[in-house]
Order: sequence, then structure tokens, then C-alpha cells
Amino acid sequence: MAVVWVILGLVALAILSAVFTYNRLVRLRVRTENAWSQIDVQLRRRYDLIPNLIETVKGYAAHEREVFDEVTQARSAAQGATGVQAQAQAENQLTRSLGRLIAVAENYPQLKASQNFLALQEELTGTEDKIAFSRQFYNDTVQSLNTLIQRFPASLIANLGHFTPREFFQTEEPTRGAVGVQF
Amino acid sequence: MYEQISKNRWKTALMIVVALVFFGALGFLFSYLIVRNGFVGLLIALAIYVPYSIYSYRYGDRIVLRVSRARPVTREEEPRLHNIVEGIAIAGGVPKPAVYVVPEQAPNAFATGPDPQHSSIAVTQGLLDTMDRVELEGVIGHEMSHIRDRDILLGTVVATLVGSVVLISEFMLRWFFWGGMFGGRDRDREGGGEGQVILVVLGVVLAILAPLFAQLIRLAMSRRREYQADAEGVLLTRYPPALISALKKIGADTTPMRVANNATAHLWLNQPSRVPGQGTHWWEKLFSTHPPIADRVRVLEEM
Repeated sequence: MAVVWVILGLVALAILSAVFTYNRLVRLRVRTENAWSQIDVQLRRRYDLIPNLIETVKGYAAHEREVFDEVTQARSAAQGATGVQAQAQAENQLTRSLGRLIAVAENYPQLKASQNFLALQEELTGTEDKIAFSRQFYNDTVQSLNTLIQRFPASLIANLGHFTPREFFQTEEPTRGAVGVQF
Repeated sequence: MYEQISKNRWKTALMIVVALVFFGALGFLFSYLIVRNGFVGLLIALAIYVPYSIYSYRYGDRIVLRVSRARPVTREEEPRLHNIVEGIAIAGGVPKPAVYVVPEQAPNAFATGPDPQHSSIAVTQGLLDTMDRVELEGVIGHEMSHIRDRDILLGTVVATLVGSVVLISEFMLRWFFWGGMFGGRDRDREGGGEGQVILVVLGVVLAILAPLFAQLIRLAMSRRREYQADAEGVLLTRYPPALISALKKIGADTTPMRVANNATAHLWLNQPSRVPGQGTHWWEKLFSTHPPIADRVRVLEEM
């Protein structure tokens, strides 16, 4: 009799821990999706800023057509990208071209001093920071999801529930190293 | 982090009970001395205390923000601050807190609210003026960690419940001290009698209790949580040098803060002082809730 109870107890324990693991997996998957949509919101905000930024710079430096075209192309490439990997690459390209646009703008003192440009620059910096932070949050979440999926007892549940590892949002730029160190 | 959250919930409940016992006993004593029946006072004290404690649990942040003279700022007024707060909130996976500015020149900041869904971050004008973008991010990262760990719940309840005892005691002490030295004796001779005695007793009781409650605040708001918020804040921004240089700037600044008081001191990023110049007043040291800036910098540099 006692043996039956012990077995029943063990089965109950196993079911409970399976339910617990499954719920944790679901929670992490939902969090990953939220984190991804958070990145998406910030990326979109950056796309929306770009036409305005180009117009403002054009007002002072109309002949710098090359860099305008580059940014515009990078923007539409990024908007059209699908999949985590391709998206990340396109966004990196866009970040680089925007960096060049700002560098060009720095050559025009009047432009640099205009309130409109300063406000846009703050928005751009803020948005790029938020892209970096949301990417960081996404990657952290993906890491905990992937670790859980690959660890032994949880991996059984993950297989049954069709949980698959997610891709990291990769970036080539040093994450947050070189930003504004002042001496 | 989850351990920290549940610890903070327990400590908050404990603080509410401690303040309940204190106010109950005070009401009992007071009314016993006047009408020789303590229960009237006990009931009155509870009738005031219970709604007040519920209010301070849920809306204590409003009290804290008001006594600190914090003013809500719009995105248009302070785009940089709003962008940074929103960014760090994203990094921490919490909703964006409300943003306030305190019109003080000393660089400092605090966070308050019952939970991450109803939180606020307030920074002084001095902080906005002296910090660059990454330093400000470091400071906001520290405050965001307090929000995530629910340090803000405990801190706010301590400020409004235990803090009110401290402020009442301070007021009574000052009043008792000055009143006792000048003029108090004259009135005694004219036979103020009973009323005077009661106030003297009350004053003495509060004078004894004030340091005890100061100690209580220090125990509740252990210094370890400042180190922890520093470390977790850096984990959010991934850039320790920013917080280090921000803390150094804050430590080097000696501007006094007008809204500093012993009830809310523990909430600030660094111990605020009303006294100009280096160091704090001995009375403020009694309430010292923060580790020295130099130690915090050292710990961060070792990371």
C-alpha cells in the first residue's frame, strides 16, 4: 500500500513540475515576443524621424545629395527586411549611414545651432539608445528562453510544446562602450 | 531580485505594524493624561492612523513628491530626461515611470511609488545641469533598480509613516527646547499646571523616541540596498564608468538642499544635507542611511 502512495506521490510531483516548467516556458515566450515588438516600436520611430531629419539638413546643405540617398536607401532596405538576422544587418547599415549624415551636418554651424536640428538630434539619439536597450532586453530574454529549452528535464517539455530557440538580435557596433567618455 | 521583492513586502508590513503600535500607544498615553481614560485616545488614534496608513501604502508617493516640491515635467520641456527614463525602463522591462524635477541645485534623485506600474522618478535641476547623457543614464539606472526591487514601496511607507513620527518628534523637540528656555517658566508660575505637564511628558517621550525611530529607519533601509541598486543599475546600462563619474560629481558637490529632511533622506540617491559645506550636521548623521560615496565608487570600480 505504502509503495502505491509513494508512486502516486512521485507521479503527482512529476506532473506538477511539468506544468510549472511549461508555464515558465510560455511566460518566457510571451516576454520574448513583447521584447521583439518593443524593438519594432523603436525601429519604426526611427524610420519616422528620418524624412524630417533629411529635410532639415537639406535646408542648409542641399548639395550633400550622396548621403541623403544613402540614408533613404538604407531606410527602405531596413523597412523591407524580414527575419531577425536580416533585420539586424539592415538596421546596422542604417545606423552607420545616419552616423554619416550627422557627421556631415556637423560641418554646417548654422544647421548645428538650429533648434529644430537640435531637437531632432536629441530624438534620434534617444531613439537609438532605446533601440539598444530594447535589443539588450530582447537578447537577455532570448538567452533565458534558449537556456531553459536546452536544459535537460525542461527540454522534454519544450519538445512536446514545440518551443524552439530564438535568434539573437546581433550587432557589430560595440554595445555601449565608446559613448561620450569625457575627461 | 525576487528574494529582495518579498523581503521588501515583509518589511513594509512590519513598518505598518510598528507605526500602528506607536500611534496607538501615543493616543492612549495622551488621552490617559487628559481624561484619565486611555481608550478614547486609542480609538481616535486608530481612526486617524488606519486610513492614513492605507493612503500612504497606495498614495504615499504623492506625499513624498509634494514635500520634496517635485514638479511633473513634460516630454517637450525635458526631452533628454524623458528619453533616458524611457530607455532604461525598456532595458529593465518595466513601464515608464512618471518624470519629475525638483527645483534644487544639489545634484540628487529619488524614486517612489507602490509598484513598478505606479512609479515616479524625480531628479533635481542640479542633476540635469551637471550630468551628461551617460551619467544621467547611470543615475536613472540606479533609481530604476530601486523600482524593480520594490525598494520604493518600503522607502515610501517608511518615509510617510515612520518619517511622520520623526518629523513630529523633531518639531516637538524644537518647540520644547525653545519653549522651555524662554517663556516656558513664566507661564508655569501663572499655573498652566496640568496642560503644561502633559506637554512636557509628551515632549520627553518624543525626545527619547526620535533617535529610536531614526535607528529604525536605518535598520529598515539597510545600506546594502544602495550597493545593490548601484550594481543592478550598471547591469541595466552596461556601463559602470558612467555611474562612477556621476557619483564622484555628486560626492564633490556641497550645495545644501532646502527640501532635505530626515523623513525622506533615505529615498535620495545620496544623503541630502541642509547644511552648506562638506559633511552633514550631527543630527542628520544620526539618520545616515547611505554608505559614503567613496565606498560606492570603490565597489563599482572593482566590478
